[in-house]
Amino acid sequence: MPFGATHNQMKMKYSSEAEYPDLTKHNNHMAKVLTPAMYEKLRSKETPSGFTVDDVIQTGVDNPGHPFIMTVGCVAGDEETYEVFKDLLDPIIEDRHGGYKPTDKHKTDLNSANLKGGDDLDPNYVLSSRVRTGRSVRGFCLPPHCSRGERRAVETLSIEALASLSGDLKGKYYALKNMTDAEQQQLIDDHFLFDKPVSPLLLASGMARDWPDARGIWHNDNKTFLVWVNEEDHLRVISMQKGGNMKEVFDRFCTGLTKIESLFKDRGHAFMWNEHLGYVLTCPSNLGTGLRAGVHVKLPHMSKNAKFEEVLKRMRLQKRGTGGVDTAAVGGVFDISNADRLGFSEVELVQMVVDGVRLLVDMEKRLEKGQSIDDIMPAQK
Amino acid sequence: MASSFTRILSSKRHLGILSFVGGSVTAGFLLHREHVSAGVPVRRRYPASAEYPDLRKHNNCMASSLTPALYAKLCDKATPNGYTLDEAIQTGVDNPGHPFIKTVGMVAGDEESYEVFADLLNPIIKERHNGYDPLTMKHPTDLDSSKLQSGQFDERYVLSSRVRTGRSIRGLSLPPACTRAERREVERVVVDALAGLKDDLAGRYYSLTQMTEEEQQQLIDDHFLFDKPVSPLLTCAGMARDWPDARGIWHNNNKTFLIWINEEDHTRVISMEKGGNMKRVFERFCKGLKEVERLIQERGWEFMWNENLGYILTCPSNLGTGLRAGVHVKLPLLSKDARFSKILANLRLQKRGTGGVDTAAVGGVFDISNLDRLGQSEVQLVQTVVDGVNYLIECEKRLERGQDIKVPAPLKLFK
Repeated sequence: MPFGATHNQMKMKYSSEAEYPDLTKHNNHMAKVLTPAMYEKLRSKETPSGFTVDDVIQTGVDNPGHPFIMTVGCVAGDEETYEVFKDLLDPIIEDRHGGYKPTDKHKTDLNSANLKGGDDLDPNYVLSSRVRTGRSVRGFCLPPHCSRGERRAVETLSIEALASLSGDLKGKYYALKNMTDAEQQQLIDDHFLFDKPVSPLLLASGMARDWPDARGIWHNDNKTFLVWVNEEDHLRVISMQKGGNMKEVFDRFCTGLTKIESLFKDRGHAFMWNEHLGYVLTCPSNLGTGLRAGVHVKLPHMSKNAKFEEVLKRMRLQKRGTGGVDTAAVGGVFDISNADRLGFSEVELVQMVVDGVRLLVDMEKRLEKGQSIDDIMPAQK
Repeated sequence: MASSFTRILSSKRHLGILSFVGGSVTAGFLLHREHVSAGVPVRRRYPASAEYPDLRKHNNCMASSLTPALYAKLCDKATPNGYTLDEAIQTGVDNPGHPFIKTVGMVAGDEESYEVFADLLNPIIKERHNGYDPLTMKHPTDLDSSKLQSGQFDERYVLSSRVRTGRSIRGLSLPPACTRAERREVERVVVDALAGLKDDLAGRYYSLTQMTEEEQQQLIDDHFLFDKPVSPLLTCAGMARDWPDARGIWHNNNKTFLIWINEEDHTRVISMEKGGNMKRVFERFCKGLKEVERLIQERGWEFMWNENLGYILTCPSNLGTGLRAGVHVKLPLLSKDARFSKILANLRLQKRGTGGVDTAAVGGVFDISNLDRLGQSEVQLVQTVVDGVNYLIECEKRLERGQDIKVPAPLKLFK
């Protein structure tokens, strides 16, 4: 909760053992890392805005996790969380992001000219292409911790910056609380509208407070560039279109993001970024690029092949149903995207998706003809 | 509220914001105030007008009373435990309400909330409790069950009888605000005391974290087990944090006296049995409550209570007695009569389905209980239920015989 840090001092009158959460039934990154000794060390600390270790871990305490899916189990309330609670977050980051060390540096590359190919994915198989990321505005608390005043300030800044976009990026903002029924229906039909979070992972962290105050959706007139304001992060930025031209999607993504960043800078605001963690977002799983580049692709044969999972793993890709995370695939159509976020640049990650999807489509075509795919099995990236 | 804007250069975070001051006016003014109130500073970076919630689509008691001026007056205050106004009203901001049901929209994080935020809570209490004024009125507490008259119902109509209330342990924060250690302390204090109950009250504690599957199934079959709250009214107030840590159920061996620990309140105390012997249910209720109180006092603790608000509980709607006395009663004919609602209202009773609040009645069986909580004593409220249910049964019998019924005159409030 915002500005309740005096509560933290009151807690200190109880021993650390008395306050330490019961994590015996838990299976998330936080529970693996948070020993009683670490809790004792961190419990007296708070960030300058008053975010405490209990605030960081509440979602992980309330959601023990799933035996098969390892959730993160903690969130940041502000940029300083990653510094003040680094004893807890560094090992979580290392575990979640493939061994990324506290001394590693993350490379940012939003020059889409560096992408090779990507305009050549077969549209008979690749139905749509999409790239998303998030951005946080430096100086404001993040969604788990922000006050209404801060959240509104983030919204106001975003509306102003986005209003300056022009050309094929010109668009309009729809505040969730002022939307007409007709606007709402159109946004639903376009698959743009986001709803109040229902996942207990998000609710337990306090991100849905004051809904729908200061939340909204901006999109360009062409409906190919979309920004969510104050959902799980300050901003979520999405570039998408039908078909397999990932290059064009990524071009627009980079152009739009770079433009938005400079518009914010003009108004005296930077995005949260540092050379170790890259772009700083609410969930540690989204650090670095915060980027998920994905396609909806028809793979009815490949998905039934015994080697499907192995190919995905070697290409550093993950599969989801077309409803998004935790949905099942329908009609052999999968959402295939990069598994990584941190430790690779944006260009590198999109390149992996482009190369990986091209290969998967080639394999699908082979299997259609009854041919083997053994000779084109990839090496581990 | 201060109208001047102070530059603070003490933290680099603020520098980023201050450089923006020359920009858009609508982004808000930037203010850093350290305001000491109730012994605790609350840091705020925006003026109250930028933080005031948007309540235009809201229909709850908090939204009716919380003007911008009142918000500005209270927003920098905190209780000695550090509980703030924003935390207290969060549930009402997040849950605009229902056009037909007016929810309270605010909770207390500790006993002191009722003092520190009195300027908001008192009008809410007034609205919710029929005009009861905490500043001038005193609440009567009376747990002498011998005063109850004719508490045995006709069991051809009344299927079961139940009385419930809540109690809070003074000195520990309430469920919206408590830390894990505090919640565990509540559990320890209460379980320790309950172990001292004897004879027909002797029983056992079942901790939610340690329950076996058989125990869990038995408690479900007995209709005793409570689940993690799903209602957003409760979850938005933070009451479900750390579930199921330090939550549990205690009941006596006879299964007629039951205590919930750390659900919506520190404790919920329930006396119940099949049939219509409300007198005996209330006797056990009073005896059990007094015994538990004696046992915790022996150990140096007491219940939260004061002479204006009676027993202090998390939700302002449960102040005073916190008591709901009810029956499951068969009223198939009366419930179809157009005058049913009016009769209930005049008798100061409410109807619910037998699944509890917000469920529908099945087979003409209704849950009938007292509407009021504050301003009348326990004895008075249970008497109201006894007299009222007897009247309803009379009406049902008359309708069975083809006779007409009368709408009774409305009962006086605050006897």
